[in-house]
Amino acid sequence: MGWIGETIDSIKSIQIRQLLTQAISLGMIVTSALIIWKTLMCVTGSESPVVVVLSGSMEPGFKRGDILFLHMSKDPIRAGEIVVFNVDGRDIPIVHRVIKVHERENTGDVDVLTKGDNNYGDDRLLYAEGQQWLHRHHIMGRAVGFLPYVGWVTIIMTEKPIIKYILIGALGLLVITSKD
Amino acid sequence: MHSFGYRANALLTFSVTALAFICAIASLSDNFSNQNPSAEIQILNINRFKKQSYENDEVSLTLDISADLESLFTWNTKQVFAFVAAEYETPKNSLNQVSLWDAIIPDKEHAKFRIQTSNKYRFIDQGHNLRGKEFNLTLHWHVMPKTGKMFADKIVMPGYSLPDAYK
Repeated sequence: MGWIGETIDSIKSIQIRQLLTQAISLGMIVTSALIIWKTLMCVTGSESPVVVVLSGSMEPGFKRGDILFLHMSKDPIRAGEIVVFNVDGRDIPIVHRVIKVHERENTGDVDVLTKGDNNYGDDRLLYAEGQQWLHRHHIMGRAVGFLPYVGWVTIIMTEKPIIKYILIGALGLLVITSKD
Repeated sequence: MHSFGYRANALLTFSVTALAFICAIASLSDNFSNQNPSAEIQILNINRFKKQSYENDEVSLTLDISADLESLFTWNTKQVFAFVAAEYETPKNSLNQVSLWDAIIPDKEHAKFRIQTSNKYRFIDQGHNLRGKEFNLTLHWHVMPKTGKMFADKIVMPGYSLPDAYK
């Protein structure tokens, strides 16, 4: 019974002002992370300025767990560019290289075919039912730079969500029990 | 102020910042290398030139590709992705680029090569515009670094053309 009493005492001894200060600093950290993310989205013109490579279809260039920096501009899409695109109906973006481009004369509409460097065939199997080409609105950005290995953190947190909960729980505990 | 937690945190932050800095410098060093690659492509043979059952032209060709891409490799290069694309214009499309062949060059030793190959990917037009068509063969390369910015360039070789009749 003694330690229950001690815990209740320590909870009672947390002052309201201190608690509020801690909550606000936590809020500030989360908000500034969000601001940085949104600014990156504006600067690069892409909906997700940083993506993690999830599959081995672009090896040996990009391995699973690498991070790609994306940029989207109004420049026309040309063969050889590494693009990130979403297929209708799938929410995981795919990072592959453009191998065929057919651009219309006046409108600038473009038909694009992609293929992963390490895949045998092109991506028509991955596109939606009956879709032969990608169009500009499918493409979220071009890969312009990359960092190796850094994306493993995201992959681990997505595939084993238990680790995410453990981390958040530990962080929460640290915030509550730290005296400053 | 000197607990284990604070020290571990300071160490981690510093090492991550230092690592990011080193990656950025490595990437910047790529800008200082001199690059002069060269290439030559010959069409050895037009194997097949026909109209597919749903109206699109298709060509199959054998190419002789020789290139020297050794100067593209720096200490920060992981691989060079090279591909040959046929580029041409049709009444409907202002630009068509069709990749015919590609290869991953993993290191400098493999960067000077000559191969004879038929096209790896099918050369299919959107329509039937290829008879007598003049086109460029372009060797593109994409340098993928160990860390940092990727860059790409190309050599355009104009003056190739397809026969006037189906074969």
